[in-house]
Amino acid sequence: MKQLKYLAFTGAIALVVGINACKPKNAGDAVTGDAASKAYVAPGKYDEFYNFVSGGFSGQMSVYGLPSGRLLRVIPVFSMDPEKGYGYSEESKPMLNTSHGFVPWDDLHHTELSQTNGEIDGRWVFGNANNTPRVARIDLTTFRTAEIIELPNSGGNHSSPFATENTEYIVAGTRFSVPPDYENGDIPINTYKKNFKGHISFISIGKEGQMDLAFQIECPGINFDLSHSGKDKSHGWFFFSCYNTEQANTLLEVNASQRDKDFVMAVNWKKAEEYLKAGKGKKIPTKYAHNVYNEKTHTATSEIKTEVTVLNAMELKDICYFIPCPKSPHGCDVDPTGEYIVGSGKLAALIPVFSFDKIQKAISDKAFDGDYQGIPVIKYEAALYGEVKKPGLGPLHTEFDGKGNAYTSMFVSSEVVKWNIKDLKVLDRAPTFYSVGHLCIPGGDSRKPNAKYLIAYNKITKDRYLPTGPELAQSAQLFDISGEKMQMILDFPTIGEPHYAQAVAASVIKDKSVKFYKIEENTNPYVSKGEGTTKVERKGNRIDVYMTAIRSHFSPDNIEGIRMGDEVYFHVTNLEQDWDVPHGFAIKGALNAELLIMPGETQTLKWNPDRVGIFPMYCTDFCSALHQEMSGYVRVSPSGSNVPLMFSTGKNLPESDSTKKN
Amino acid sequence: MKKALLLPAICLLLASCGGGNSEKGKNPYQQDGDSKKEANGNPSYDPQRGEGKFTHVDVSPTLNAEMAANGKKAYDVKCNSCHKLSAEKLVGPGWQGVTSRHTAEWIMNFATNTDAMINKDPKAQAMLELCMVRMPNQNLSDEDARSLYEFMRQNDGVK
Repeated sequence: MKQLKYLAFTGAIALVVGINACKPKNAGDAVTGDAASKAYVAPGKYDEFYNFVSGGFSGQMSVYGLPSGRLLRVIPVFSMDPEKGYGYSEESKPMLNTSHGFVPWDDLHHTELSQTNGEIDGRWVFGNANNTPRVARIDLTTFRTAEIIELPNSGGNHSSPFATENTEYIVAGTRFSVPPDYENGDIPINTYKKNFKGHISFISIGKEGQMDLAFQIECPGINFDLSHSGKDKSHGWFFFSCYNTEQANTLLEVNASQRDKDFVMAVNWKKAEEYLKAGKGKKIPTKYAHNVYNEKTHTATSEIKTEVTVLNAMELKDICYFIPCPKSPHGCDVDPTGEYIVGSGKLAALIPVFSFDKIQKAISDKAFDGDYQGIPVIKYEAALYGEVKKPGLGPLHTEFDGKGNAYTSMFVSSEVVKWNIKDLKVLDRAPTFYSVGHLCIPGGDSRKPNAKYLIAYNKITKDRYLPTGPELAQSAQLFDISGEKMQMILDFPTIGEPHYAQAVAASVIKDKSVKFYKIEENTNPYVSKGEGTTKVERKGNRIDVYMTAIRSHFSPDNIEGIRMGDEVYFHVTNLEQDWDVPHGFAIKGALNAELLIMPGETQTLKWNPDRVGIFPMYCTDFCSALHQEMSGYVRVSPSGSNVPLMFSTGKNLPESDSTKKN
Repeated sequence: MKKALLLPAICLLLASCGGGNSEKGKNPYQQDGDSKKEANGNPSYDPQRGEGKFTHVDVSPTLNAEMAANGKKAYDVKCNSCHKLSAEKLVGPGWQGVTSRHTAEWIMNFATNTDAMINKDPKAQAMLELCMVRMPNQNLSDEDARSLYEFMRQNDGVK
């Protein structure tokens, strides 16, 4: 740490003094001194890249600046977030609704930025919920979750949310095959081979980002792990890695590692679209939630949909093909030209690279090794471009630099291996700390990588940071890959377990950022547009408080006449119209936490008073020099009390006791 | 706002590189404002006009009632939380007499270019010392700002 500080300091000095002032004397100095200045972003300066990182078991998505590794924001997606009120405010609760009801905490694995013509376009970033299968779309003007769609017939949504090159579709393949929702699921588990199916979902994305579950493809009951779309010449195809082709339903650790080769499944989604148009899909009754956040009403709605169209890949020919791939493949990555598909068998001692052209030829020549449950299996050699020999142990994921090189993470041997796609020769190795999982190069899964940096997301942290008890921050490492050799320049901690991540030049996103919500456009049914419209209304036991917040007071800030048994809704509108002036709202004893309200927004906190007395309320987000004064009181009387409903701001009434009876 | 912060930062940096003649105690914002040429050609800071896009506002001797009514609407949503129409100070000063204390240009520049004005205008800074809350920039449109000024005139008795 001390050393790092020193290095950062010398790096800064070097920058100020000038590049010629002190040339490094030897190679060792060059590497270390250089590293500090490469990751250094001076105070007040912006980072060069946004990095969207899965929050893993936190269920959220985090945003880092690169190369500094500074945490810029945690976007709440699939979990309640007490920092932002997401899932706590009445307006945001419907976002976490599913066909199972309200799910407060899920597991977000992969992130995918939207693309146009195979290039990152900066409109949206998608994330997948692994546990209760869902896909979310995050709007990159607000960095907020805009939409979530649930996936029926699925269990464990892992090979998701990967995009086609114009974001026509986001895909989601089931990790755990299950009996389809429309079949009776009350069956013995050991009837897996007969009754369990794997469904692949294609979610269409509209012009404004609207998500619609366009169709599902029913496949044999195996595990779908990861995927990537074809691009350029292979646009129209999608590739999924598959494991457990043994179809084991217990002790998969052993029973799903029996076969020498599992599969990469190639999906011709253009063909699937043809079948869909020809009416070959079956409309299947099911239940799944579709949740949308409206930026004008500042309110989410959740709709339960009841039907999905399913294409059966065993019956409808030419949609799916299996390609043998050694030893339980995990990553399934397509190079920027769309020609090479890299399957990473996590138990294999080599990395197979398949050729899209050869796959096409094998299909037209029918170079098959029979079929697997009705789906043709292409001969391994007929699809193979070549193998990277002895790359390391435990290959998992591959990213590309657009200069003909691939970078593969090696989980077991804890290293990143750079290799040339054409001659399949290993060019460089860099150790990671420890047990690297996913990798990210800005645009590294697109047609146009921007390969200045590579980030390794590690599964084990151990001794990289100061100890914080048994639970440690997660570990990411930044490499400069602009030269021939990879150079580690920074460690930075992340939240949850970082699985996949994406990065893009800041210029693609930063200027589109929304600074505040226009109060004129706020159509929340409980908005107060100005203090003159604030009020407190009683309808039976329901109390609606229409409240405003502005530096630095609430209106109303004195409320009396609330009774035990009332259900109180505080609808707080932030009247500010400037960037970075949120207000918070909290009231003592609220079982539903707090609110955080952005300028121009209305958010609602539900409160059931549990005892008679005076309850302070206050702003939780420091807003001005008089922030400590931004507070008020609510008086709660016994049920049946005759204290009249009163509310005011700025009126210090003469001392009185309205409960006194004459 | 960002420019206002960046420029002095660069000035300070240059100064310290040049030999470290730092002028302690001087407000860098004022320093900056005195010397800088405006994009509109205004040579130096004019405390009557303030800083902002409004260099000259045509004001008729009689009230434009429609404009004043629009101004009232904007006031209800964006201003009345802090400003009373009487002389009484709430969070900010009461509006009674505001049109005789400031020019139309000053008021409209202050309402639309709030942060920059608070950073350099002597009258705005004196008011900040009294109120202790920086006036929020409420992102008024040019039209809103003009309408509000007309509403202030109405409040000050212009018929």
